[in-house]
Amino acid sequence: MRDLGIWAVRLYLGLMLLFLYLPIVVMVLLAFNRSPLYQLPIVWDTVWFQSLIHNDRLVGAGLNSVGLALVNMVIATALGTMVAIAFARYQFRGKAVLELLLFPPITIPWLIIGISMLIFFFWVGIGRGLHAMLLGHVALSLPYVIMVVGARLKGYGPALEEAAATLGASPWQAFWRVSLPVMAPGVAAAALFAFAVSFDQFVISYFLAPPGVSTLPVEIYAAIRKGFTPEINAISTIIILFSMGLMLLIARLYRFGGER
Amino acid sequence: MSTVDVIGAVKRYGRVAALDEVSIRFGEGEFFGLIGPSGSGKTTLLRAIAGFADLDSGEIRIDNQPVGDRPAHKRDIGMVFQNYALFPHLTVFENVAFGLSVRGRPREATRKEVGAMLELVRLSGFDARKPRQLSGGQQQRVALARALVTRPRVLLLDEPLGALDKRLRQEMQIELRLIQREVGITTIFVTHDQEEALTLSDRIAIFNEGKIVQIGAPGEVYERPRSAFAAGFLGDANLFQGAVLDGRGVEVGGLGILRTADALPAAGTHVTLAVRPEKIQVWVEGLATPGADINRFRGTVRRAVYAGTNLTYKIEVGTHLVTVFEQNRAAHPLPAGTAVNVGWLPVHSVLVAT
Repeated sequence: MRDLGIWAVRLYLGLMLLFLYLPIVVMVLLAFNRSPLYQLPIVWDTVWFQSLIHNDRLVGAGLNSVGLALVNMVIATALGTMVAIAFARYQFRGKAVLELLLFPPITIPWLIIGISMLIFFFWVGIGRGLHAMLLGHVALSLPYVIMVVGARLKGYGPALEEAAATLGASPWQAFWRVSLPVMAPGVAAAALFAFAVSFDQFVISYFLAPPGVSTLPVEIYAAIRKGFTPEINAISTIIILFSMGLMLLIARLYRFGGER
Repeated sequence: MSTVDVIGAVKRYGRVAALDEVSIRFGEGEFFGLIGPSGSGKTTLLRAIAGFADLDSGEIRIDNQPVGDRPAHKRDIGMVFQNYALFPHLTVFENVAFGLSVRGRPREATRKEVGAMLELVRLSGFDARKPRQLSGGQQQRVALARALVTRPRVLLLDEPLGALDKRLRQEMQIELRLIQREVGITTIFVTHDQEEALTLSDRIAIFNEGKIVQIGAPGEVYERPRSAFAAGFLGDANLFQGAVLDGRGVEVGGLGILRTADALPAAGTHVTLAVRPEKIQVWVEGLATPGADINRFRGTVRRAVYAGTNLTYKIEVGTHLVTVFEQNRAAHPLPAGTAVNVGWLPVHSVLVAT
């Protein structure tokens, strides 16, 4: 009877993983199939990856995506970390309201945020372009960064900084030698989060990208509308591997964070 | 060695006064215990001395110099925090060396001083461990070594042994006292553990509601509490209220006449007398009376609490329920219902303010 229960659990887990990963596995397999018409059996070939290198539009969009994600990561992590520290260590008027207002942007559909950003940016004269996309991405990433770093900061009170002060460390020394190293895993995880939020972002980028400029998700969407080629499978395979690597890294940093 | 003076210190949080005109002098090399219920101001005073809480008014002087405008990192103090606040990303060696390192001491001197300090707290050989690899007692000793290595003028301890279990706490009390004597540093420590305060301190200050209720040596404060609060907070006390009866004693309703060695106010004045439970003797009816000139009453045992080395009796005397502590000399505690005599010397009836 016990055995049966264990097998039921295993079956359930197996089905769940199958449900989650089967489409992805199929896509990855087809990326390595020589036939452009998805014919079976699969003939092993990397032809689509090779043709990808010569697809200037996709490569250009990829470079845009990576660049945007990197710049977004730096800005959002720096700003978000500062906000998280302010939330964790200082009392000020309106703090509770501010903290509360962090959450709605996570739950408001991106479509609506995208449209409102487009309207707003035109209204104030920012317009469309990489700069507008960057602004949008930073705004979207900030809540995540603040939450991830904040969780790490809540793990230790101001006592460490006070201890450093009693030992003669100036606030500046205390920050660099104690606070920052202690919260580093949280900051690193937040940075990867910010990168991922920007790199995977479609809706905002779609609305804010001017003609001729695009990011990888936008370009893929455009390519699909023109016709589905296994090249898309190839680039998607690369993105999947990249994203999964990133997530594994975040998970690792998070565990390291919890270990303390 | 240094002195610390607190002069008319006031600190308010909203409408609550955490410190209400507190003045106190901590002498050179003194081991001074601050004790009181939570929220009584003892921790606020410690944090004000450390530089983490600004006073609303009043002054703190270290070695007769006001330190009010000096931030914490310029006050030259050592502090051991309640949960030690060891730096989790640094090794034991780096933790202890931190204070020297921010002062830019040369590496060789640092190594020597940290080594000597780790030896003092009996942690030689633990240099490379991380704090999380140490037991609670070891972490406590690292925190102490870290606080002492910069040779601060004053050592502040915030519930330093609170996180340890009882046996370890007793060991650490002895060790803490030995190290403090050896280093000879003026030490101020906060605790809510009365036994710890009595064991460690040269002098004790009892806090209540932002005010100092009583200051004195442990024996003085314990034997001669000046108020009902001091009597009840530091140790236990039976309190008897009554009217002064013309120098001979105090008439306590539902009990009788209570004699005291203290000078009494005018007849008719209402007073409170405190009697420590361990000063009261219990003996069974019919046995020889120990001493003649004592307060003696008849009563009945209501409850006996057995705690191994000692017994606690709740004895009904008149309309009062008197608490008595006894060493567990007899093999069997007196059962409930036993008719007994209770008695104590007049000198143990201490006149206290209510």
